[in-house]
Amino acid sequence: MASIDISGVKKVYAGGVTAIHDLDLAIPDGELVVLVGPSGCGKSTLLRMIAGLEAISEGTISIDGIVVNAKEPAERDIAMVFQNYALYPHMTVRGNLEYGLKNRGTPRDEIDRRVTEAARILEIEPFLDRRPRQLSGGQRQRVAMGRAIVRQPKAFLFDEPLSNLDAKLRGQMRIEIKRLQRNLATTSVYVTHDQLEAMTLADRLVVMNAGRIEQVGAPIALYERPATLFVAGFIGSPPMNLIDVDYLRDKGALTLPEGTDLVGIRPDTIQLAAPEGPHVVLSAIVELYEPIGGESHLHMRLEGSGQLIVAAVPARTAVTEGARATLHVSIADLHPFNQKTGRRTD
Amino acid sequence: MQAKRTIFPNKILPYMLLVPQLAVTLIFFIWPALQAVKSSFELADSWGFQTTFVWFENYRRLFVDPNYFASVGKTAIFAFSVTALSMSLSLILAVAVNRVLRTNRLYTTLLVWPYAVAPVVVGILWWFMFNPTIGIASYLLRAAGVDWNHRMDGNDAMILVIIAASWKQISYNFLFFVAGLQSVPQSLIEAAAIDGAGPFKRFWTIVFPLLSPTTFFLLIVNMNYAMFDTFGIIDATTQGGPAQATNTLVYKVYTDGFLGQNIGSSSAQSVVLMIVVIALTAIQFRYVERRVQY
Repeated sequence: MASIDISGVKKVYAGGVTAIHDLDLAIPDGELVVLVGPSGCGKSTLLRMIAGLEAISEGTISIDGIVVNAKEPAERDIAMVFQNYALYPHMTVRGNLEYGLKNRGTPRDEIDRRVTEAARILEIEPFLDRRPRQLSGGQRQRVAMGRAIVRQPKAFLFDEPLSNLDAKLRGQMRIEIKRLQRNLATTSVYVTHDQLEAMTLADRLVVMNAGRIEQVGAPIALYERPATLFVAGFIGSPPMNLIDVDYLRDKGALTLPEGTDLVGIRPDTIQLAAPEGPHVVLSAIVELYEPIGGESHLHMRLEGSGQLIVAAVPARTAVTEGARATLHVSIADLHPFNQKTGRRTD
Repeated sequence: MQAKRTIFPNKILPYMLLVPQLAVTLIFFIWPALQAVKSSFELADSWGFQTTFVWFENYRRLFVDPNYFASVGKTAIFAFSVTALSMSLSLILAVAVNRVLRTNRLYTTLLVWPYAVAPVVVGILWWFMFNPTIGIASYLLRAAGVDWNHRMDGNDAMILVIIAASWKQISYNFLFFVAGLQSVPQSLIEAAAIDGAGPFKRFWTIVFPLLSPTTFFLLIVNMNYAMFDTFGIIDATTQGGPAQATNTLVYKVYTDGFLGQNIGSSSAQSVVLMIVVIALTAIQFRYVERRVQY
């Protein structure tokens, strides 16, 4: 159990490419933090720097109050779950679980106790004497988790651990990881590019872009109040519609903050029936009606500007393709941005 | 999925295309091999005019000949030493290159060159360096207090052929080891590092076991090489001497047959070698089929 403190950390590669710019992040004890962002945003690099697999160019990383910059991965007392699981193919499942404990000179009876316990929690007891290649993807994933938890480390690091699983299994494992982390209350850093995974797992979500942190906060807070245009576009599916402020001028009683030139509208805040309170009214032609099941997506073209927008409406909404739709959005649901700074203006 | 096939409209053409290769194989490999088997059952008179069919007499004599068993012993020492020396050195080189230069191909290319050198040239090269009168290596050895003379001392001669034969084979082993090391996923090594294994332990508990298919393959190839493919090196350096000290089985086939003109015994020896090669190849094929063991 430990806190992780990242302060002024920079990563510059030999070729002069800067992967991480002056990054600060404090992770309190027991928290599950998810780093999310597009590929190449530096999230994996940051995780590998915490693990000790990448050198830190500038700044410091401390685990449990101790600066670990110069420490070997083994000395940091962390466990990592890799994207490809990285199970030792020539060892049995038991051998894989024991390896880290044996290297640290744990007594035999303690090893047995911990392996049995981990196998019970993860329900991998029947496979203990098999080799990794005899296991399915989901079982391998469990073994990789088991290898991390037997060590009882100060922190868990997850590097896109679910991206090699099929969609159904991914959903199951996601819930298990969350439950496991809750029970063990071990500080965890989880890297993913999947925003659904990020939203559902995180105690706190860290959105990264081009080596910098865009925003940090509770997942729902980031969804409801994205601080930058990048976060607005990255969190939420389908993504937020961004409409030029001039187009909206005559569509309702607008009072937007100084400097606003772009307004974000979440697809699920677009309503067909007029709401109570102040709102804007837009009209658009429905190009495509996309039933998802629980809801339907309307792909529409705004009249006047011809811009494509998406609305999420309740399933079985009576709309025909090609017809005109009148759309309503409460003023309170508008997200004002400045395009140049990329930041929120209110 | 259906296999892609080329259909020849002409029935004779495919056979015509195969003829050159088949002719080479038949004339230079199959026919001499059969001749050797035939000669091994025959005994020629002192003048070479007449041959008599003697069944297994040549083999019987061979297996009671102390010179033959001396040669088997020399061959075993030679093959074992060459395999051990060249494989361990090339593994060290491969690990070093893999550690430092994951992407740089320059060292790899340079280290491959010795493989392109002809065996006889390799022999002459080392013969020069260790020449008791003009060689730089023997000069340095003498300065260090070692009286090197591979023309007089059987042990010196054996060491010389082992060094020369190993040196040539290092490149080949190195290439396979580098390829083997590159196929060990980096994440496994990282996982082991996090699991508290130091570099030495990581190598012996993770990397080396994963290299075992490569190691086994090279073991067979190197034994084959040392036993059958080192004629040129021995001929250019020691010619089996001094006093039979480096007279390996393959070289003995040549000395007995071509220098000693004892065609019957020489043929019997080569048939024995042929059987050894077949056995080694069979082991290799059996293993290659079940290559992935973990």
